[in-house]
Amino acid sequence: MRFLMTLNGGGRTPDEELYAEMERLVEKLSRAGVLLATGGLGRKGTHVKASGGKVTLTDGPYAETKETIVSFALIEVRSKEEAIELARQFWQLVGDGEGDIRQVFGPAP
Amino acid sequence: MTDRVTPQAQPQAAHATIEAVWRLESARIIASLARLVRDVALAEDLAQDALVAALQEWPKAGIPSNPGGWLMLAAKHRAIDRLRRNDVLDDKLAQLGHQLRDQQLAAIAGGLAEFDAVIDNDGLSDDLLRLIFVACHPVLPADASVALTLRLLGGLTTTEIARAFLVAEPTIAQRIVRAKRTLADKQVPFEVPPPGERDDRLAAVLRVVYLIFNEGYSATAGEDWMRPALCYEALRLGRILAELAPAEPEVHGLVALMELHASRTRARTGPTGEPIPLLEQNRGRWDQLLIRRGYVALLRAERIGRPPGPYVLQAAIAACHAQARTAEQTDWERIARLYELLGQLTPTPVVELNRAVAVAMAFGPATGLEIVDKLGGEPSLRDYHLLPSVRGDLLAKLGRSGEAQAEFQRAAALARNARERALLLDRADACLA
Repeated sequence: MRFLMTLNGGGRTPDEELYAEMERLVEKLSRAGVLLATGGLGRKGTHVKASGGKVTLTDGPYAETKETIVSFALIEVRSKEEAIELARQFWQLVGDGEGDIRQVFGPAP
Repeated sequence: MTDRVTPQAQPQAAHATIEAVWRLESARIIASLARLVRDVALAEDLAQDALVAALQEWPKAGIPSNPGGWLMLAAKHRAIDRLRRNDVLDDKLAQLGHQLRDQQLAAIAGGLAEFDAVIDNDGLSDDLLRLIFVACHPVLPADASVALTLRLLGGLTTTEIARAFLVAEPTIAQRIVRAKRTLADKQVPFEVPPPGERDDRLAAVLRVVYLIFNEGYSATAGEDWMRPALCYEALRLGRILAELAPAEPEVHGLVALMELHASRTRARTGPTGEPIPLLEQNRGRWDQLLIRRGYVALLRAERIGRPPGPYVLQAAIAACHAQARTAEQTDWERIARLYELLGQLTPTPVVELNRAVAVAMAFGPATGLEIVDKLGGEPSLRDYHLLPSVRGDLLAKLGRSGEAQAEFQRAAALARNARERALLLDRADACLA
């Protein structure tokens, strides 16, 4: 089962220490054989909106708010509980902030 | 951080969490304890005791904020108690080096702090590696290593292993008990094998992991729903191993091979559960993420710069298929060359048969058939349905329909899987059309 763990903006301001800790956690997840992919998202981007087939594009940048995803980790585990346990370890490390854990389905069957 | 699960409200949620924590943490706990008590079976018992304590306490008191740490601590306390009672030392002292004995004695005298000094985090990777080498030790039969590896490294219960292999639970339980006894009787040391033995021992580990993978991958029947779980367990073990032994190209080769094969999972069966041959699969349903991971693993193997071993070669073959956007674009010449290299390392009739298929695709069915015909007398292929199946395919392509039909019928009679048999009979019928 795959889960996408996302971290929203507006939380603890990242500093050297947090980056170092994150790196350690990423290594730990890799060593545990559960991390499939991870990355941070750029603040500049393009917002896409479609209405009746008409596509509207709006350029960023986005404010790093609680509603904006700033980084993600795609993990592969055996159960939802395992995903939650790993997320718990992650969030204890981060200390403050918010994000989501959602199951990933597909590629389309 | 406050406890997430309130006591009485959700005892089942607590159990599910405990199970998850156990699966994530148990290998590390067992490996750490095994270093100190020098006995894998005892280490597992002590870790299991800690699990039992968690099952009793957490549903009542709530899940601790660091469940993995809680389990590790509880297990360590039990290990120290056990060492203090001396019943381990009596048996084991004779086998131990002085340094280790001093560490044990320090742990007994100083308690947890000393224990932690012994079991530092840097040593943990080594401990996990030792645990894998012990579980896959050549004194054990393959099926015992498979069960023990899933249990000690994968954190699976006996019930789960039994279900995954469609074997009765007592059989697996017995297999594990006997394996542990063999390890004790033969006094298998808890260590990474010395350089002279390392290659053979690593090959044994990789064989066990690949066996687990194939047990999951070769099953196609609908009722075998647990089997993709075996593929996942093997992949996870492989990914762990790749981080523990990053300088071993064959480890990355095996990981690459499994990632690439697993990428085709969704395309391998049709709507009614029938197997779909590689060349007929909808490549749009291959998992590009796993393909990419496979390439990366293969690259890691190649960058080490040693001559390719059997897993690296097989992964390179799988990568050829992954790279082709359509079946027609497959680089069969390269695949034929890779099979030739593989045949030099592992000269088996099955490899030769695969080479024949690649050669036929690259240079025409007649050239392939020449190789296949040399395999006719091979005793190990006598009951192997793919030999007549391949032969039938090549004959059909050469327009020799009558002979092709006979071969497909022979293949169908030998095929053990009902789905495959049906497919072969269809092909036999098609020869007459």
